[in-house]
Parts: sequence; C-alpha cells; structure tokens
Amino acid sequence: MQQIYQPIEARPMPGLSVGALAWLKTNLFSSTSNSIKTLIVAGLALWAIFGAAGWVVTNAVFGANLEACNSVRGIGACWGVVAEKGRLIVMGRYPDTEHWRPVIATALMLGVVGISCMPRFWNRLLGPIWLAMLVLYFLLMKGGVLGLTAVPTDQWGGLPLTVMLTVISMTMAFPLSIFVALGRRSNMPAIKTLCTLYVELIRGVPLITVLFMASFMLPLFMPDGVSIDVLIRVVVGITLFSAAYMAEVVRGGLQALPKGQTEAAATLGLTYWQTQRKIVLPQALSMVVPSLMNTFIGMFKDTSLVTIVSLYELTGALALALNADADWRPFKLEAYFFITLIYFVFCFAMSRYSLWVEKRTAVSKVR
Amino acid sequence: MSHSPMIEARPLPARKKRSMSWNSREGRSVIYQVVAIASVVALIWLLVRNTLRNMRERGIQSGYDFMGEPFGFDVSETMIPYDVMSTYWTAFSIGMLNTLKVAVIGIVLATILGTLLGVGRFSPNFLLRKICYGYVEFFRNVPIYLQLLIWYIVFTEVLPSFENAWQVGHFYLSKGGFSFPWPIWQLGQTLALIGLLLGVAGSYVYARKASKHFDLTGQQRPVLLVSLALIVGLAVLGWLAGGAPTGWSLPVKGDFQIEEGAAFSPEFLALLLGLVLYTASFIAEIVRSGISSVSLGQHEAAASLGLGKRQAMRLVVLPQALRVIIPPLTSQYLNLTKNSSLAVAIGYPDLVSIANTTLNQTGRAIEALSIVMLVYLTLSLVTSALMNWFNASAAIQER
Repeated sequence: MQQIYQPIEARPMPGLSVGALAWLKTNLFSSTSNSIKTLIVAGLALWAIFGAAGWVVTNAVFGANLEACNSVRGIGACWGVVAEKGRLIVMGRYPDTEHWRPVIATALMLGVVGISCMPRFWNRLLGPIWLAMLVLYFLLMKGGVLGLTAVPTDQWGGLPLTVMLTVISMTMAFPLSIFVALGRRSNMPAIKTLCTLYVELIRGVPLITVLFMASFMLPLFMPDGVSIDVLIRVVVGITLFSAAYMAEVVRGGLQALPKGQTEAAATLGLTYWQTQRKIVLPQALSMVVPSLMNTFIGMFKDTSLVTIVSLYELTGALALALNADADWRPFKLEAYFFITLIYFVFCFAMSRYSLWVEKRTAVSKVR
Repeated sequence: MSHSPMIEARPLPARKKRSMSWNSREGRSVIYQVVAIASVVALIWLLVRNTLRNMRERGIQSGYDFMGEPFGFDVSETMIPYDVMSTYWTAFSIGMLNTLKVAVIGIVLATILGTLLGVGRFSPNFLLRKICYGYVEFFRNVPIYLQLLIWYIVFTEVLPSFENAWQVGHFYLSKGGFSFPWPIWQLGQTLALIGLLLGVAGSYVYARKASKHFDLTGQQRPVLLVSLALIVGLAVLGWLAGGAPTGWSLPVKGDFQIEEGAAFSPEFLALLLGLVLYTASFIAEIVRSGISSVSLGQHEAAASLGLGKRQAMRLVVLPQALRVIIPPLTSQYLNLTKNSSLAVAIGYPDLVSIANTTLNQTGRAIEALSIVMLVYLTLSLVTSALMNWFNASAAIQER
C-alpha cells in the first residue's frame, strides 16, 4: 500500500514583531498584569508631570521681578531668583569686576581635565601641561602680579571653588593613594600596618569630622607663628580623606592582577619599583578607571560639605546670597533646584564618561 | 650481589645569614620599616608638642572633666530623660542614640526601596524600567547635603502649618512633623514585644532545622507559614497574657501644635527621607549589578530542572547574586551612617550636632571630635564585622 505524503497545514503567521505596535505589545502590554502596571504607572506619571508643570512652568515667574514672584508664592516657582542672584551663587564672593578671571581659570582647568580623560592624550606631555595649568590657574585666581588685583582666598567661591577643590585634592590624593595601596600589599609588616591603619581610620569616620579637624585642630598642630590658610587646610583634609578611599580602589586593581605578571617581571630582573611602574600599575590602574571616576564624582558632591567650615563653594555661596536678603530668601527652594541642576549636569557627564571607559576596556578584553 | 652503597646524607643547609646591609633585600626592608616608624613617631611627637604648647599659650584647657558638667542647652529630641541640668555625658548619649535611630531606620528603608528599584530595572514593563533608571541617575548625581537642605525646606516651609495639617485618618503631616497613633504602653505591649522577639528567634531555629531536614531527605517544610504563625501567635499570646490592653493615644489638633500620639520631628523626617532616597539609588545599582552578574545559563539550568520563576530566583539566582551584593552593600550601610552626620546642617540633634555645640561652648575641639570619631569608628567596625559574618555565610563553599 502506498502512502501519499500529505503536508500538514502551515502554522499561522507569527504576530507582529516589528513596528510601533509590536513594540508597545512586548514592552508595555505583554500580559494582563503588565498592562495594569503600565496603566497605573502612566497615570501616576502623567498626574505628577501635570502637577509639577503648573509650579515649574505655567504659573512660574521667570524675570527678576520681586512683586510678581511674591504674588505667585505657593502656586508657581520664582525662577527670577536665579536671574537676580545666579551670578552671586555661581561666583561666590569673588569681586564683581574680576569675574572673567575665575571663568577663564576654571575653563582652563576643566579643559586640561577633559584632555586628560581622552586616551589619545595619555603621554609624557600631560605632566608639564598640568603643571602649567596649575601655575596659570593660581596666578589668575590670586592675582597680585601682572597688574591683576590681588584676591585673597577667602573671597574665592561658587562653582570655581567647587571645581578647584575637587580637582586639586583628587590630583594630590591620586599619587598618595597609589603609595598607600602598594604599602598595604607590601610584605613589610610595619609599612603594611601603618597603611592599613590610615585607610581604616579615615574610612571609619565621616568627612565632616575630618573637615572639623582640618578647621579646628590643624591650627593647634602648627608650630608657633605658622598659620595656614583655611582653604589649604580644607584641601589637605579632603586630600587625606579621598586618598584613603582611592587607595582601596587601587588595591582592588592590584589584587585583580594575576601573580604571574610580577613573577614574570622578576625573572626579567626588574626591581620592585621597575615592576610596579612598568608592569603592575599600568595594568592595575587601567582596570580601575571607572571606580576611580566614581570616587571623583563622590568627591565632587562631597565638596558641598565645606560650607559647614565656612568656605563658600556652590552650596555655601547660595546660602551667602540668599540668607542675608530677606526679599529673596523665601525663594531658596528654587535656587536649590538651580544648583541641583548644575551638580547633576557635572556628575551625570562624569558618570557617562566612566561608563564609556568601562565599555572601552571591555572591548579591549574581547579577542 | 652488590649493595648499592648509600650515599652520605647532605649536610644541613648552612643557616642563612641575615645580612643587614643595604645590598640585601632583608636589610633594606628592615631599614625602610625603621625609617617609616621613626618618621611617624617623630611626626606625632612634633604635633603633640606643638599642640600642647599652643594650648598653653592660648590658655585652652584640656581634658574630659567637662563631661560631668551640665550641658545647659535644649535638646529637641531625646530618647532618654533629659533636662537643662543634664550632663554632657547624657547629651552625648542622646546624640549617639539619635544617630543610631536614624541610621537603623534608614538602613532598613533604603534596603527595601533600593532592592525594589534594582529589581525594577529588569521589569518587562518599559515604563517601570525607565522610571527606575531615571530615579537612580537623578538621586545619585546630586549631593546628599543639598538633598537634605531641600527636604528640610520642604518639611519646614512648604508643608502647611499645623492648623491646616494634611490628615489621613489619625495621621497628620504638617510643618510640625508627622504625628501618628501610638498604643498607650502597658504590660501587654511589653509582653507582646517579648513574644514577637521569641517568635523571631523560634522561627530562625525552625528554619535552620528545616533546611537541614531538606538537605538530608529532600522534603520541604512550610517554613514561611510556621514562622509567621510563631511570630504572630507568640506576640498575640503575650498581648493576651498582659490583659489585652487596647488603649491608643490618638493625635489631636491642640492650640499650638498637634498633641498626643507619637510624632517624628520635621528635622528627623528630612534627614531620614534624604538619606533613604539617596542611599536607595546606590543600593539599586548594587542589586542590579548583582543580579546581572548571575549568568543566563543559571536561569536556564534552573528552568530545565523544573523550578518555577519564583523558586529559581530564591534558590538559584539570589544566593549567587548575594555574594556580589553584600560587600558593596556593607559600605553603603556605613555611608548612610556616616552621612547621617550631616544632621548638623539641619538641626537634628545627632552626635555631631552635640559635639559641635560642645565645641562652640567649651572650645575643647580635640576632646569633642575624639569622642565623635571613636563612636563612628566603633560603629563602622561593628557593622563591618556583622556584615563580614553574614558575607561568610553567603560565600561560596569551596573544598
């Protein structure tokens, strides 16, 4: 008997898998519970957005008009406070006529930091560039030479001070942290103990106590007749603080390096420092760039604490600008949102960069 | 037949001579260490000498004798009895308790919120995913100090005054803080609390036994049900044994503030909310990276063994993710505790605020700061010890 091949019916065409509708179905309405979630979340989000829009945009006053601002209190934001006080908030107490100096100096500093972030420029020239930048920066900011009016450090403030505190202390903390990390992995018990003690002591206390120490106790530590500028004391405090955190990050990188690397270096006859400089550190540091970046972001945010020891960086300058002015004081919240935006833009940019570096290292590991 | 002659044993190796010269590694290492220790000791000696001389010249008194004197300032939130005549000791203890209060509540809430947000990043729902992402990016990129200042303004200026307090049932929210009903504390409540604790201890023991039983026989026991029954049952039993008191202290609007009931001050709320929202964004990232560190093969293997989604999560994915999550989570807990020191900026009487007042009053910076540092160091060490213990129990069991 002969069997005749009978094809079974073709299965129906699969449902839509491309296009806007398909996207909606897979991402928002894939199941009943998912659809319910979508509706609830979308409803809440729309409600929040419309609620906020009234205060932020529709009812808000954008000009520096005090009367208009007072009339919308409670129902609309007064962005006029930014127009009125924005310059004071961003620049702090730096003399009005000289504002071009911190602008140029900070741009210069950020430019050099930006260059240092690009792998294309990672070469020998970077050191001298940094040195030149720092010299120029302090000449511009401090003045007193080349016909520039001298501006004492207690008048520095605002965003330039925030940037400066972060960049300078991190630049100094970085080499220190490398030595501490190496020390913590050294096989000399005394060195190891000292480094471990330093890291654990600093990491065990809040930054604010370190700042208090820098501001109240450091003057007591100094020999007779030596007084140190409060700015320098705070920079020293932040440097010592962040060095402990960075040292742990660097140590993580050192630990991740296979032992074979140092052994291979030893068979080549390299000394300890040659091994660290040419073999270990380049590999270990490139592994931890994203984490270092996170420390950097953390420090940028933490500089806001120096307000508590009376340095007027961005957050402190805001208090300075508004607390003394009874007219504009009620609109502090709007001013806070303004500097929130500034902090966010800086930190978000840095975290994007960190993500990019992470992806880049991940790519280089794939063969 | 010839014996193979035994060769002489080799002589003992010559005792390695410890060379103390610059040219040997040991020698250099000893010299480095001596130099390091000597310089640290010299530095400390120099600082102490300078400090002592400076203090003598400026007439600054030193010593901890002030701790027994009255603090003399009003402290707004006290968990132990306090009046104007109470000593610095009492004030510092109050500060420490307040720090602990905000840290413990904050850690619990931040862990819950952070875990939800971290898991939310894997939701099949696009909106939910993006909202979790947006939350994390926003809150972790703004300084905690600034966030605290903003919450403080919200709680002390934006909220309505107590006459127009927002009210839901017996809960009130206003510039005066958050008031809520609280049971009038009697024997019954104490016994219920004891019952609750006993229930927790009992269910812990039962869970361990059940897990051993499972390892031996493969039979599962209803751990969740039994624990729930134990905890609720013992608490109710305690409450009944204490005479089943049902008195509640309900908040009511008084003439100047909301009275009765229990309340959280606006300072506490601002600090707590700021810390929780900020830390949760970091915890969310940690949870996310922990879950994504478990390879897809593990999910698939669990599915092929016939485990359901929930079981796979609980038995396969989570135990592995925890290994990645716990160490950074520990440092977030420590960060939250340390960040609570920012209370000084918004007037919540935590340890640092008390120390700051002390410092301004007595001028004894070294003493006040040393107490603060000691407390925080102890807290840090205890927390990391606890978390290390937890970590060891979650760590991979190697041969």
